[in-house]
Amino acid sequence: MMKRPHSLLRPNRRNFLAGTGAFAVGVSLMPYGALSAEDKLLNFYNWDTYIGETTLADFGSATGIEAKMDLFADNDELFAKLKEGNPGYDVIVPTNDFVERMIEAGMLENIDHALIPNMSNLEPAFQDANFDPGRAHSVPYMWGTIGVGYRPSKVEGVPASWKWLYDSDAYAGKIALLGDGLTVIGHALKYLGYSLNSTSAAEIKQAEELIIANKKNIKVFADDNGQDLLLSNEVDITQEWNGDILQVMEEDDDISYVVPTEGGVLWQDCLCMPKGAPHPENAHAFMNFVLDAEVGAVIADYIQYATPNGAAKAIMDESYTKNPAIFPTDETLAKCEPSIYIGEAANRLYDEAWTRIQAA
Amino acid sequence: MESWKTNRAVFWVLSLPGSFWLGFFFLTPLALIWILSFGEKTGIITIDITWTLENYIRALEPVYLEVVWKSIWISVLATVLCLALAYPMAFAISFAPGRWKPLLLMAVMLPFWINLLIRTYALIAVLRTRGYVNFTLEWFWEKADAVLTFIGLEQLELIGARFEPLPILYNNFAVIFGLVYVFMPFMVLPLYANIEKLDKSFLEASLDLGAGHWRTLRSVVVPLTMPGIVSGIILVFIPCLGSFLTPDLLGGTNAQMIGNVIERQFKAANDWPFGSALSFLLMYATFGALAIRSVLSGRQSGMEI
Repeated sequence: MMKRPHSLLRPNRRNFLAGTGAFAVGVSLMPYGALSAEDKLLNFYNWDTYIGETTLADFGSATGIEAKMDLFADNDELFAKLKEGNPGYDVIVPTNDFVERMIEAGMLENIDHALIPNMSNLEPAFQDANFDPGRAHSVPYMWGTIGVGYRPSKVEGVPASWKWLYDSDAYAGKIALLGDGLTVIGHALKYLGYSLNSTSAAEIKQAEELIIANKKNIKVFADDNGQDLLLSNEVDITQEWNGDILQVMEEDDDISYVVPTEGGVLWQDCLCMPKGAPHPENAHAFMNFVLDAEVGAVIADYIQYATPNGAAKAIMDESYTKNPAIFPTDETLAKCEPSIYIGEAANRLYDEAWTRIQAA
Repeated sequence: MESWKTNRAVFWVLSLPGSFWLGFFFLTPLALIWILSFGEKTGIITIDITWTLENYIRALEPVYLEVVWKSIWISVLATVLCLALAYPMAFAISFAPGRWKPLLLMAVMLPFWINLLIRTYALIAVLRTRGYVNFTLEWFWEKADAVLTFIGLEQLELIGARFEPLPILYNNFAVIFGLVYVFMPFMVLPLYANIEKLDKSFLEASLDLGAGHWRTLRSVVVPLTMPGIVSGIILVFIPCLGSFLTPDLLGGTNAQMIGNVIERQFKAANDWPFGSALSFLLMYATFGALAIRSVLSGRQSGMEI
């Protein structure tokens, strides 16, 4: 009875050889295929709800390239996934400090500007970037701020200071901060008058003590759902990305957003091509497509983040272009600071402080 | 049954898929993590294996031990609650009429069919300030308030001037509640398997011989179902200790368990060697607990002989 599986499991030599032969043919043909013309495929790795509803399909009908999208939840996930080698993505969307970090780690491919004529649609301020000189590795996609989302009926006046979240019991038990150590500690530093990219151990310690002292008033470090907490009345005031608050402002009139006078993070998400991208030509075509005025307008209108695309902005209506929650005043912007890549040693200081804050 | 010695070839062939699985998907990654735990970060994505003990020394700093200690007591509490709830449940299923048993077992396992993340998000909707638990309590409060008003006692404000929602989300209570909810089937199933095998005539004998229900439970049922209790405890306690999703989503500002710290080392902190060392420390602690258990049970059976 046991004999049958026994003989079946013995490999048939001829089949085995045929199998390796097919494998060898496949291997030898692959480079030629890649050189002559790329497959009509694009693997896009993006944040959730961060592109127009039909953009990928439109790209397909315009170019014949089929775009597939995977989603990541935060930059850490994106970085961890690509760290051990690119699993096959052509275009990714890291935030500026991660663009910087990935450039330093040699994880990004150079971009050929000749293949992206729509770069000229970008506003002058976005043509270059200090985190990526000459835009050699990145194309700006969207930008925005981190500020305070709040419920005007429950909060006195406009809470235009980090004080109400970090150093006050006025809204005890009704406060949410973000769930990311760098951001939470960074804005405490900002409140204390330091740079949010401080690498000074003493300043970080001071920020840590400030947060620990106010922990009794904070309800939760919300991972990425501060807007939901605000919407469900779980909290009245929360630290959040502007676009997240804007999305719930559409559902509830009693929600508002302000960037505190001390300033907050000014961020920029970029389209980048990771090293080893299997379809570099398609990646360039996609970047060029996204930078098109009309395509950019459709995306920005849907996701409600600030676009760096001047040509797109020019054809959008005032409810978007004049919205202070999307485009803060120049005065506020002047106080904001982009987070930069602070280096691995400083990163460890922040992580250790964050562990202590949560354990306290 | 044939002994494996009589037909070695068959034995080896049959064990091949299992060994392959164990080797490639468990032992190899585990070995890699073990090696990594002796590494040193030299750049953003480069790690040198220098066989340093620095990661382990750092893992023994008070702040991490504090987090481990907190993870242990949260897990112990969740395991005890699981046992207290699952034991009568398993008993009820075992004593239920035959045609009910599959249905009841199915009810225990049904949550497994739904993704953990979705179940946890559903718990948020149940527990939050404007969630179903508080809606229900509010309804009862309103009815009670109406009754008090009707009999003219509303001025005394016996139940407060207005309904105060219970703060049952974003604290340790919510974390333990979530863990008990998620891991309950792991406790019920081994207990049920054990109680099902229990010869019910022992219970009758105990009762006939004059022992009360409580005494029967303590001296007959519990000792006889001890193997089920122990495997239930192991199956619940160990995954509780390493959990990070539940404290992350349901916990408050101090919900951090050791699983969260480890997760962060592999993501935000980008310190894989330290994360690996923490993981192994946790594993050694678990092995230690299992070793103590086997030593204790060995001594116990020794005494019985």
